[in-house]
Amino acid sequence: MSKFTLNGNPVEVQVPDDTPLLWVIRDDLGATGTKFGCGIGMCGACTVHLNGRAIRSCITRVGDVAGADIVTIEGLDPAGEHPLQKAWIETQAPQCGYCQSGQIMQAATLLADFPDPTDADIDAVMNGNLCRCMAYPRIRRAIKLAARELRAGREAEA
Amino acid sequence: MRILLVLVLLLLAALFYAWESPIDPVTPPEADAFSAAAVARGEALAGAGNCATCHTVSGGAPYAGGRPMATGFGTVHATNITPHPEDGIGRWSEEAFVRAMREGVRRDGAHLFPAFPYTHFAHTSDDDLAALYAYFMTRQPVAGGVPDNTLPFPLNVRLLQAGWKLLYFDGGGDVSDPGRDDVWNRGAYLAEGLGHCGACHTPRNALGAERGDAAYAGAVIDDWYAPALTSANGAPLPWTRDELFAYLRQGATDLHGVAAGSMSAVVHDGLARLPDSDIEALAVYFADLAGAPERIEPAAVRDAMAGLDADHTGRALYAYACESCHYNAPGAPRALRPELTLNSAVTGPDPTNFLRLTLAGLGVGEGHPAAFMHGYAGALTDADIVAIARYLRGPAAAEAAGWRDLDARLAELRTALEARP
Repeated sequence: MSKFTLNGNPVEVQVPDDTPLLWVIRDDLGATGTKFGCGIGMCGACTVHLNGRAIRSCITRVGDVAGADIVTIEGLDPAGEHPLQKAWIETQAPQCGYCQSGQIMQAATLLADFPDPTDADIDAVMNGNLCRCMAYPRIRRAIKLAARELRAGREAEA
Repeated sequence: MRILLVLVLLLLAALFYAWESPIDPVTPPEADAFSAAAVARGEALAGAGNCATCHTVSGGAPYAGGRPMATGFGTVHATNITPHPEDGIGRWSEEAFVRAMREGVRRDGAHLFPAFPYTHFAHTSDDDLAALYAYFMTRQPVAGGVPDNTLPFPLNVRLLQAGWKLLYFDGGGDVSDPGRDDVWNRGAYLAEGLGHCGACHTPRNALGAERGDAAYAGAVIDDWYAPALTSANGAPLPWTRDELFAYLRQGATDLHGVAAGSMSAVVHDGLARLPDSDIEALAVYFADLAGAPERIEPAAVRDAMAGLDADHTGRALYAYACESCHYNAPGAPRALRPELTLNSAVTGPDPTNFLRLTLAGLGVGEGHPAAFMHGYAGALTDADIVAIARYLRGPAAAEAAGWRDLDARLAELRTALEARP
């Protein structure tokens, strides 16, 4: 049995501790925005946030997230209007879309750590998120657009 | 006949030497027998001693004991030190408690094994021991014994511990140095005494005693490598006083990485109860011990992070599996993104920590309080992990003795980790 919060809501699941978090999120809790890709933490499709930072949910045991806050693409912004989501639409970043929720969750951590990312920063942090449609140039553009919007938001607040 | 007589006399003399009297049991003292101030001070001191980590099983009641410690001679189980009258130390007088801490002798007179670090605790002052007694006697009593130790005969004969003490126990006493200031001396008192830092960081001899000739030289214990705390530490960037303070206070630093394993508990469960002044004292003491520089120049940070071979076979694996969390911009490492080129798990003489962390990760609340690492035991093959290790260490460093046969160590660690709950 594991207790944690999913997108702000407390949840409790009756599954063995070594069940991958991804299975629990999709099959037990019905949040299917997060995708299964490789199952060995090497493609990034299953990326979610644990206590605000990107992790690969396919190789995370649900027993290890007891008490943690898990956020998936469904919870990144209540209205689906996170600056990254808006930039994704603005730049028409996805093609087939399968990897995109993982890309966006990873990009959110990227921008938390590197508010003004260089190309090298983006490449390094996003390297583990594969896109078989090769949408990488648009993903990079979307990240830079979102970074600008987040910066503008911060400056407006200051 | 005369030889026999001499032998018998010697045996009697040894028995006389080894024998310790029981101290009469007392009625467990009432909670109001102690001042709130003493209890509060004892709580902080119990943090300095990190008592809870050994005397509590995972998920169990605090201080109720039972945690196994694999010693190389057999498994010793930490005892119940709650004030339960039968199963804990409820019937121990303060005199009995002080004797256990200072001499390693149980209330009933039996010698304690040095898995209980009385060799360090013996340096603790009267006042501090009184405060610790007040703290433990006011905890919630918890019923329940602990599993039997698995030491083989004759190592399980407690009387023989008198011989071990004769060889390796100096009796404790004052560790202060009048030539040093109060801050250094406070650090020495905490580190050598309750903190028992040497219990992990000093290698032990064949009989399990800390080697006096190798104090803080680094050691593998319980499948973790406790790095050297002297100038032999060898981290790419030396530990400064500020880095030591950040590590001991927050469990993570920009230039060295996070506290993992039992050190994570030391920082987050134990030292967390101490004021900044005590953490500063420990930082001053260990900075002095290692001959630390005052500060690290930015150019040195940039240089230390450079030089990985972009064409190495481990590079792609690192890029896909590790870099999204561990990448840092040149010259700008940060604690939340542990920089592996600066981290002693990668650069140190022993691969245990690197391999173990790669296999099992680091849980919520361990290491950096805001970070989590999933393990890769089911995701990366041994060949993958070895390739990443060789990439991060570089060609020259990879040849250090401990890093030669990584496959064998990986196999050992996989087995050991699977056996854990």
